[in-house]
Amino acid sequence: EPLGLGRPALPGEVTAWDVSVLPDGTGLPEGSGDVLTGEEVFAEKCSSCHGEFAEGLDSWPVLAGGEGTLTDRRPVKTVGSYWPYLSTLFDYIHRSMPFGAAQTVSVDETYAITAFLLYSNGLVEDDYVLSKANFLEVELPNADGFYADDRPEAEYALFRGEPCMADCAAEVKVTKRAAELNVTPEDPDGRPAGSLPDLRTAAAETAAPEAPAAEVTAGDAAPASAEAPVEAPTAADPALIAAGESVFKKCSACHKVGEDAKNGVGPTLNGVVDGPAAHEEKFKYSKALLDKAEEGLVWDEAALGAFLENPKRYLKGTKMSFPGLKKEEDRTAIIAYLASLPK
Amino acid sequence: AADPLITEVQDWASAFGDPVDATPYGMPIRFESHVVRRNVSWLTESPVSSINFTPIHALEGTITPQGCAFERHHSGAIEMSKQDYRLMINGLVDRPLVFTFEDLLRFPRASTTAFLECAANGGMEWAGAQLEGCQFTQGMIHNMEYVGVPLRVLLEEAGVQPEGKWIYAEGADASSNGRSMPLEKAMDDVIVAFFANGEALRKEHGYPVRLVVPGWEGNMWIKWLRRIGVYDQAVESREETSKYTDLMPDGRARKWTWVMDAKSVITAPSPQVPIRHGKGPLVITGLAWSGNGAISRVDVSTDGGKNWQTARLTGDSKPKALVRFHLDIDWDGEEMMLQSRAIDETGYVQPTKDALREIRGLNNVYHNNGIQTWWVKADGEVENVEVA
Repeated sequence: EPLGLGRPALPGEVTAWDVSVLPDGTGLPEGSGDVLTGEEVFAEKCSSCHGEFAEGLDSWPVLAGGEGTLTDRRPVKTVGSYWPYLSTLFDYIHRSMPFGAAQTVSVDETYAITAFLLYSNGLVEDDYVLSKANFLEVELPNADGFYADDRPEAEYALFRGEPCMADCAAEVKVTKRAAELNVTPEDPDGRPAGSLPDLRTAAAETAAPEAPAAEVTAGDAAPASAEAPVEAPTAADPALIAAGESVFKKCSACHKVGEDAKNGVGPTLNGVVDGPAAHEEKFKYSKALLDKAEEGLVWDEAALGAFLENPKRYLKGTKMSFPGLKKEEDRTAIIAYLASLPK
Repeated sequence: AADPLITEVQDWASAFGDPVDATPYGMPIRFESHVVRRNVSWLTESPVSSINFTPIHALEGTITPQGCAFERHHSGAIEMSKQDYRLMINGLVDRPLVFTFEDLLRFPRASTTAFLECAANGGMEWAGAQLEGCQFTQGMIHNMEYVGVPLRVLLEEAGVQPEGKWIYAEGADASSNGRSMPLEKAMDDVIVAFFANGEALRKEHGYPVRLVVPGWEGNMWIKWLRRIGVYDQAVESREETSKYTDLMPDGRARKWTWVMDAKSVITAPSPQVPIRHGKGPLVITGLAWSGNGAISRVDVSTDGGKNWQTARLTGDSKPKALVRFHLDIDWDGEEMMLQSRAIDETGYVQPTKDALREIRGLNNVYHNNGIQTWWVKADGEVENVEVA
């Protein structure tokens, strides 16, 4: 018997949240998009990670190619080579992309990007238009490449039965050693990270090993340490900087800072505050930002604050897909943090 | 010589310690600061879509403290209040419903202790021994006591229609990470949980509400749960087609590989826990678990699988939960090749990695439940190796 808890979900609420698209087309919204539009939208919203041609930058997912590689030692699993259903692609783009700005791709744009990815995979011509009407006509090449879990039949029988307890092998030889790869994170003393301390040495000698990824919160305001910049901005507030460092985690997927920082999806941000826009020579900025830099844009607190509040409104055509920091306190904190970094 | 720690009056034996209001909610003492989650930065492109590892080498018993239980996010851990929380049930139901957090608190509750293991736990070890330490090789696992509402109760409140054969659960975060599961599982032992280990879920574990799917792979345990849709078919979302499917040697792939098969690992000694006390009494300990039921036995070998002896299960062995095992030996100071193998109540015996590779090939990175080997040297140092 129902308890009568909860309330009816309103049709508008269901529409807002139930965006699932199923293999048989259930949930597919009205709309359409063509390859060329898709190419443009992809270049703007997707290419900073997936590459202009869906080839995948750095370790971000490759979306095109890979046909015939599924039995290779290094298979390339893409929309064309691996994904069984087009509905999955539409659903995922519309629901979860771009990374860091989910649910900002419109229905027609989603059709267009989906059409472009079919084109990138050599499955349609460049004049192709995908719509709700013809969506189910598309069958992806690997549609038949999956079968339901068969471990109970294929494996379990082999692994049941009383196991051997004595003299089970004649000889045991080491065949592989992790030590030869040497890719384990290490403690400062070269031991595997997180090794238990030697209890026979004095506690003082092992005191306070460095804990990785310690939570930094505004309340943790560490006293200004030797790492603080020599030319500290006037009245640098350690609590604010610490809060900014915490907010910066949202940015760190794309932007690196610090001594060894390299450009990634976004440019490094050392010295960005109060510096000229587009300061990183080796980074490929959007035309929109380069134009602004030409006009003499300087990232002072006001300009940076406005940009961070709503990047696309402040700078139409920016490649930065981040939707923005809506809280003023977050913007103030992050600018303080960025200003605290060595140039 | 006499030990000054005994013969001299120490500060702590004379002066005050901390007052009761020093730490209203405590953290571990600083001497335990090495016992933390760790990530392996080269594994992923971004720390907001990444994984870290439980320090299982440093824990005992079976319950994993939330603060060091591994995290996997697909778009970062979001901050959601109980006041802002909504859960929708829709699709093939008689009454599409929206629940607030307070609504959930008014349903009859259930409790379960269950392990959560990532399907990729041990994935980096599939091609060969790679990382030094069970934190990294088997640490995508945790085990907590959950309290919440059985999903069955909520589905019955909405009234599942006869055509409804599958549910699809999704999160409120930007990834939404939706997963489908058959209705039978949803009506069986799945819990919509809001407490773990006696306290509210931590943010990184899905505060205020997550799904608990005992025995099944971790990515189905949707965090920040916002919607349960009832359908007549699987949604075939990105996380159940492009990811979390198992490529086989013939180029086809297994899908819907939900169950985590029986597995075990010796947590000490291990590469992060060398033997420093020399020969003599040695405690060998580890964890075992099975998504198919309770662990009935764990065997340990000190010679790389030639000979085995049955270890002691310490505490209750519950279905779909971690169990602790111990083997107390008199170490002669010679090299050892330590292995453990779990046997669950269905009679399934944890296989070797080679036995799995023979069936699944080399491109199958998920569901590696093969036997782990630790090479203990005469000096007590421990290496991750494979033997044949």
